[in-house]
Amino acid sequence: MSAQVSSNASTSRAPDNHGLRLAVRYLVLVLIAIIFIFPLIFMIMSSLKPDGQLLSDTRSLAAFLPVGDISFDNYVDAFKRAPVLLFVTNSVIVTGVTVVLSLVVCSIAGFAFVFIDWRGRELMLTLLLATLIVPFETIAIPLLLIASKLPWIGAEGLTFGWLNSYQVQIVPFVVDGLTVYLFIQYFKDLPGELIEAARVEGATWWQVYRRIVMPLAGPVVATAAILKFLAMYNQYLWPLMVVQEETYRPVMVGLQYFFQLNRAWGEIMAYLSLITVPVLAFYLVLQRAFIASIASTGVKG
Amino acid sequence: MASVTLKGIKKSYGVTEVIKGVDLTIADGEFTVFVGPSGCGKSTLLRMIAGLEDISAGTLSIGEQVVNDLPPKDRRIAMVFQSYAIFPHMTVRENVAFGLTIAGAPKEEKDAKVAEAARILQMEHLLDRRPSQLSGGQRQRVAIGRAIVRKPAVFLFDEPLSNLDAALRVDMRMELSKLHADLKATMIYVTHDQVEAMTLADKIVVLNAGIVQQVGSPLELYHQPANLFVAGFIGSPKMNFIEVTAARSEDGRAIVSATDTGPISAPVRTSVSAGQKLTLGIRPHHLALTADGPIAGNVRLIERLGHETIISAALPSGYEIVAALAGDVGLTLGQPVRLAPETSELHLFDASGVAV
Ligand SMILES: Nc1ncnc2c1ncn2[C@@H]1O[C@H](COP(=O)(O)OP(=O)(O)OP(=O)(O)O)[C@@H](O)[C@H]1O
Ligand SMILES: [Mg+2]
Repeated sequence: MSAQVSSNASTSRAPDNHGLRLAVRYLVLVLIAIIFIFPLIFMIMSSLKPDGQLLSDTRSLAAFLPVGDISFDNYVDAFKRAPVLLFVTNSVIVTGVTVVLSLVVCSIAGFAFVFIDWRGRELMLTLLLATLIVPFETIAIPLLLIASKLPWIGAEGLTFGWLNSYQVQIVPFVVDGLTVYLFIQYFKDLPGELIEAARVEGATWWQVYRRIVMPLAGPVVATAAILKFLAMYNQYLWPLMVVQEETYRPVMVGLQYFFQLNRAWGEIMAYLSLITVPVLAFYLVLQRAFIASIASTGVKG
Repeated sequence: MASVTLKGIKKSYGVTEVIKGVDLTIADGEFTVFVGPSGCGKSTLLRMIAGLEDISAGTLSIGEQVVNDLPPKDRRIAMVFQSYAIFPHMTVRENVAFGLTIAGAPKEEKDAKVAEAARILQMEHLLDRRPSQLSGGQRQRVAIGRAIVRKPAVFLFDEPLSNLDAALRVDMRMELSKLHADLKATMIYVTHDQVEAMTLADKIVVLNAGIVQQVGSPLELYHQPANLFVAGFIGSPKMNFIEVTAARSEDGRAIVSATDTGPISAPVRTSVSAGQKLTLGIRPHHLALTADGPIAGNVRLIERLGHETIISAALPSGYEIVAALAGDVGLTLGQPVRLAPETSELHLFDASGVAV
């Protein structure tokens, strides 16, 4: 800044300096991007190679290049070995429904904690935060016992036991302390007078939530959605416990199919590449929504 | 349109009482200003009227209806906040129409009312902008526009002008005055700026530490302050206070004097006894330079404003008295001066601070 006001000679140098700093910044970003993207490249390239070449290529940079005997054979074999589409569909259904329900329920819970005064609020908040330090493994067995006895009204009428279903993979994960906490933190930073103004203008709590708070919550919705999506898509232990039938099996459990009998690394890579597609698609969609929400609300840092 | 009545209104947060029993009647169509120093409870009182804070004790009525337990939306009020509180994700048009949208008003009605409000506030050209594209003054207009479209019975303003620069504040103050004249609605306005209070109000309520000090028209408060607090708070520059002793009193006047001053005759409303310790209040504008005035001191500070000159003079005891002298007065620092008060405009307060 001072360089720009002092003299002509130094002003001409200022842009250079700026350009250099920009270049360094980009260099660092590109390096980080490469570090993150190389495993992905390795996965995709390997999925195109026969096992022998795949293993020998790992000794050189060829591991990251489409060289040698390139084909889609591994993909064909992967589809033969496991019902890939079924697994991906299952995971997408379970993950998608959970993310949507979780965003709705947890944001309403966060809203109630921040904006509405009710008896027992402090106690409930303490309990909620306490759940954050309980690892899932601790409650997995009790949860299994509960889930195996719960009633459900479905196509066959009233049944008991939720094992082998979508709901057993969805319902336990709709509400979680972390997501509620994310919303609480974000809502606390919204200007309180906005909410008060809406109430004075006649809005009910529901209308305040729908028309004021949620439209301003784009960034936290995106964050919560990403975290939830990844956690759900990567579910392994729980579906392994509660889903024995192939019909409801998700992608991560499906990976087992490739470690039995004759292990084929190329097929594993092909399967992994396939199940990564929904994740990438989700990221791209969300990134756009994220930027659009920041641009339209003008809530910036 | 409605009157607002407060009876024994109290507010406590836990054990601390911040509003300590307020009784007040605000007539239909009146422009009432709550004024007082920071933290005295003005906002709290206003927010209780709005329904944004619970009322700890007492009854609050709007019109004939007791509204203690009604939510804000059922109180027929509109509020303008210090931070404007306009919704950042909506256009100006959507902001102004928000209350109507919530109430499910048909589109034609909304359009007509928004257009009307925009005309009154001269912001037709801003309707399709987003709040982030507006200046502070324009945002304030939007907030006021949102308040007026619903035709509420009572308007509540919490320091609406304090985020604006001085020039804009004066403009908006005049516009608010006009708005009140046009709408003839009941308005309650909170400020800690006594000039805003004096210029806008039909009725001023002076608050201090959760207690109403005095209620009256601006000129009543100026000419007959009920106590030391109101006397010191209303008027600029601040009133001078000199500790004096009463010598004698006769037909509505008391002769008082102090180590610093010769005998001064001041009007009393009640009575004083000889030897009583009193505080004499003299407004800076009621002092004039004379050759034989009873107050003598040395000039310590001169502020020349053109139309008047504010001086501060040190009395023998060290007390610095402020005088606002008309016109441009040829004085220099350190010069001895004698000042004479306008004897009809003096104020006396007893030891507890109450006007006598
Ligand atoms: N939620 C709260 N809990 C405890 N005390 C509070 C709370 N809100 C306000 N107070 C106290 O109540 C008193 C009155 O606050 P209020 O906001 O009404 O002041 P004010 O007159 O509007 O002041 P200002 O001119 O600074 O806006 C203050 O002393 C404040 O500390
Ligand atoms: Mg306040």
